Amino acid sequence: MSGLLKSSIARKVVMALSGLFLVFFLGQHFVINITSVIAPDTFNSWSHFMGYNPLVQYILQPILIAGVIVHFVMGIGLELQNNRARSVKYAKYKGSANASWISRNMIITGLVVLAFLGLHMYDFWVHEMAYKYIEANPEDPTRYYEETVYKFEPIWRTVLYILAFVLLAMHLLHGFASSFQTMGVNNKYSPAIQTFTKIYAIAIPLGFAFIAIYHHLNPITH
Amino acid sequence: MGILDSKVPSGPLADKWTNHKNHVDLVNPANKRNIDIIVVGTGLAGGSAAATLAELGYNVKTFCYQDSPRRAHSIAAQGGINASKNYQGDGDSNYRLFYDTVKGGDYRSREANVYRLAEVSGQIIDQCVAQGVPFAREYGGLLDNRSFGGVLVSRTFYAKGQTGQQLLLGAYSAMNRQINRGKIQPFNRHEMMDLVKVHGKARSIIARNLVTGEIERHSAHAVVLATGGYGNVFFLSTNAMGSNVMAAWRAHRRGAFFANPCYTQIHPTCIPVSGDHQSKLTLMSESLRNDGRIWVPKRLEDAQAIREGKLKPTQLKEEDRDYYLERRYPAFGNLVPRDVASRAAKERCDAGFGVNKTGEAVYLDFDAAIMRYGKEKALTSGMKDADDGAVRALGEEVIETKYGNLFQMYEKIVDENPYKTPMMIYPAVHYTMGGLWVDYNLQTTVEGCYSAGEANFSDHGANRLGASALMQGLADGYFVLPYTIGDYLSNDIRTGKIPTDSPEFDAAEKEVRDRMEKLMNGKGTHSVDYYHKKLGKIMWNKCGMSRNAVELQEAIDEISALRKDFWENVRVPGSADSKNQELEKAGRVADFLELGELFAKDALTRNESCGGHFREEYQTPEGEALRDDENFKFVSAWEYKGEPKDAVLHKEELKYENIELKTRSYK
Amino acid sequence: MKLNLKIWRQKDAGSKGKMMDYTIDGIDGDMSFLEMMDVLNEDLINKGEEPIEFDHDCREGICGSCSLQINGEPHGPDRLVTTCQLHMRKFSDGDTIVIEPFRAKAFPVIKDLIVDRSAFDRIQQAGGYISINTSGNTQDANSIPIEKENADDAFYAAACIGCGACVAACKNASAMLFTSAKVSQYALLPQGQVEATERVQNMVRQMDLEGFGNCTNTGACEVECPKGISLENIARMNREYLAANIKG
Repeated sequence: MSGLLKSSIARKVVMALSGLFLVFFLGQHFVINITSVIAPDTFNSWSHFMGYNPLVQYILQPILIAGVIVHFVMGIGLELQNNRARSVKYAKYKGSANASWISRNMIITGLVVLAFLGLHMYDFWVHEMAYKYIEANPEDPTRYYEETVYKFEPIWRTVLYILAFVLLAMHLLHGFASSFQTMGVNNKYSPAIQTFTKIYAIAIPLGFAFIAIYHHLNPITH
Repeated sequence: MGILDSKVPSGPLADKWTNHKNHVDLVNPANKRNIDIIVVGTGLAGGSAAATLAELGYNVKTFCYQDSPRRAHSIAAQGGINASKNYQGDGDSNYRLFYDTVKGGDYRSREANVYRLAEVSGQIIDQCVAQGVPFAREYGGLLDNRSFGGVLVSRTFYAKGQTGQQLLLGAYSAMNRQINRGKIQPFNRHEMMDLVKVHGKARSIIARNLVTGEIERHSAHAVVLATGGYGNVFFLSTNAMGSNVMAAWRAHRRGAFFANPCYTQIHPTCIPVSGDHQSKLTLMSESLRNDGRIWVPKRLEDAQAIREGKLKPTQLKEEDRDYYLERRYPAFGNLVPRDVASRAAKERCDAGFGVNKTGEAVYLDFDAAIMRYGKEKALTSGMKDADDGAVRALGEEVIETKYGNLFQMYEKIVDENPYKTPMMIYPAVHYTMGGLWVDYNLQTTVEGCYSAGEANFSDHGANRLGASALMQGLADGYFVLPYTIGDYLSNDIRTGKIPTDSPEFDAAEKEVRDRMEKLMNGKGTHSVDYYHKKLGKIMWNKCGMSRNAVELQEAIDEISALRKDFWENVRVPGSADSKNQELEKAGRVADFLELGELFAKDALTRNESCGGHFREEYQTPEGEALRDDENFKFVSAWEYKGEPKDAVLHKEELKYENIELKTRSYK
Repeated sequence: MKLNLKIWRQKDAGSKGKMMDYTIDGIDGDMSFLEMMDVLNEDLINKGEEPIEFDHDCREGICGSCSLQINGEPHGPDRLVTTCQLHMRKFSDGDTIVIEPFRAKAFPVIKDLIVDRSAFDRIQQAGGYISINTSGNTQDANSIPIEKENADDAFYAAACIGCGACVAACKNASAMLFTSAKVSQYALLPQGQVEATERVQNMVRQMDLEGFGNCTNTGACEVECPKGISLENIARMNREYLAANIKG
């Protein structure tokens, strides 16, 4: 297995699979979050389920974290290798002539999304861990909605989130369809995959952005 | 005559090759491991020979000047490869292919060789398909064929317009398998500088590593030269820029006779020269003449107006055009053989009717074909009253499916749309039928030195038919040489490695070094290209499509003088012990300057017209080639004696026991 | 027309190279790019300087020798052509043209604009063949019917000229398009099935060993390929590779 993972194609497949897994997670995350706009009670109950169900907490959550780490570590590894593959650079390289900016700069959009992920984890996950395990507070199935809306009160955080969503959209625009090519799918369904990629890559981040803006504009006033 | 023993086996024509194979000596597999063979050139002939010899168990070293065997110029062949498979059931047979080839060569090739070529032609297709060569197929999944110039059957296998490429990549893949097994050691970016003989036998070569400039000694028990043709003696040709005669010429200087140097094929449909900067000519496939009509203006003033850009060809009325091939050869029209079509174009341009700015181009017009196909298409698609514009659009579609890639290539080079305005074409040097003289076993007059493919003279006589060059290269390499060379090598099983420190090696290497030093130390007045272009002009004007005794003698004198000038005044920059493309060119041009003179001498000696060799003094009252079978039914094989002018002619009389000699007529 | 040229000069593999400026006049639109280089070289030779070395041979777009990176693109701004087929009419008077060798760690510079592409040969040697001896009694060519569509696709894959433009264009200097073209040719033909597993594994291993980068599906290779080799071939190779490794 370790021998196999030295091969460029196998590494790319790992990138594709972990990427697709994260794409799937993103969709699920969005479905939960959108309830914070349309049905705060549902949001609370789903969030509580996710926060306290042992299957989610002890199995799915570690898998998710592993998925992010694998995608990130492999991505950086490939990028470094790619850089080494052209040790002397061109004096003039016209990348725009033959490939989109997005496809050529996955490392930039990826790193920005990763940085955002740091902020996001700090905002919610660290807070959650502290709440549950350090401060050892009792379960409160109604706190999630309020906490979420509260986070988007400062304009800087809302703006940062929106920026990250834009880059996430770019990352998805190339990455989603590209993962199919890597896994060997390039056939009559490919145009449909491309179209779906475009819709998904724009709609989901746009939806997240909408949620952030909505909560920023509708703070809870006690 | 004793020297020129063709070693053609006795017996009936159809049995000669089988009988010969049954009786040649073989080398046992264990002994093959102790025998080394050098193959110079990795095109169709060299690549296929190297792979097959390695499969048999010999240790093979290959040499090519390119950076990879895959780039040999066989790759540029467009049309196809002939084989007498009779898949179309149209009556093809080995005999028919043999007959067409001998007749196409204007009865100047060796019967037994040509018959063997036809005999193995089918095996070539089997072999290539097994290798994964993607030939064109029909919807039923079987192989497709097309028809080629001057024959009555469909026997040409093809892979779009890239048949040569696909066949070469097939041979290259077979080589790669042997390289992977360690049976072939490839020396790419290496040039053969000399042939080394030990006790009269070819035992090795001196090669120059083109990257480092190092001079290397490589020994072997036999040397195969598969280094292609010498069309670049004309400077402008459809050959690759690097194609050269050096290996063959070095062997010639070491005793290999050079046969029929004056037999050159000038292909009628090439993109014309656009100016003095031109470095190379591009072929447009012969298949275009199926649908294109060739013409020039009838009146000189129209031709001049066109040249000056004041008149467009499409503005010229039908009655003001001279469809000269249809006029001169009503029976064959635009489909006369290559040599005839080329000469007719030259005749019109020389008379002042040329249509591009250099005055050396004629039109190849698809307008009639576009309208004809368009009408047919309109009718079959139920458009009874289609107007001209609609018909034209439909016709252009038909032409695009047939010749789209060629039209695109034309447009990229000339920047004119050939669907809207006629193509301009002009003849260009394409292939050389002459080459190293070889016997039936493909051995030259130097023992142990073999020659295969375009580099030898063997199968095409005075004119080669379309789609036969690929066939010959692969026949030699896959199916002939691997058998015949064993017969020779069976005497070498106890010889052991050939040492490279013998006095013969020392002497050969010194000669190579002296020659390079001399080239580096020219006074430096002119570049190598300056001389090459001058030589090309002499060759084209005086040894080209038509020749006469006066001009041939002038050519001999001029080339001789140019050669002297070259050696005194050439400028080769850089150093000899590093990568130096100018030095590479200089060595090649130096040999062309000798070959060119022998070429002219051979043409001057051959007092007849046959195939690609047209002597103005020997023509019928209608201006057609006049062969002289009584006096010239022989192969001219030249022995090197110092200067080309001192070369000695040996004749191999050609015997025709299975074919009756006839005059070709296309009226 | 008059042109300013910035050209990479490098004495040999061990030396450091640099961009040098040249100007050239009297260039005609009908010249090919390499004929323009010929004119420049003739100038240099006459001035007693060393001419610029570059690979070229057939000059009709099929041998794959020519290999220049022109204004940041392999084979220059035109599409579906090699440098030798690129004509000067694509440029205008006064233009500055930057000319560099194809850059990749696996393509070390030999001199000036010439690079060593033998890595491509070694990838082919690792498995780019069907193991068949030349016996003269191979089965008849028509005994293996092949669906026309597959035969045509195999041809389109086999049309690769091995020039290396795909590597030169790729931001990662990946050789996936080149390698996959050969793998695809055989994968599409019944003759290639027997050795399919080993072939793709060996060729990909060799490709990685040579130090090419990884494919990130930017598609630059397909755009710049003078023969229009399709990205589908890369997907096919990925499939073949996965299947081969699952089979073991």
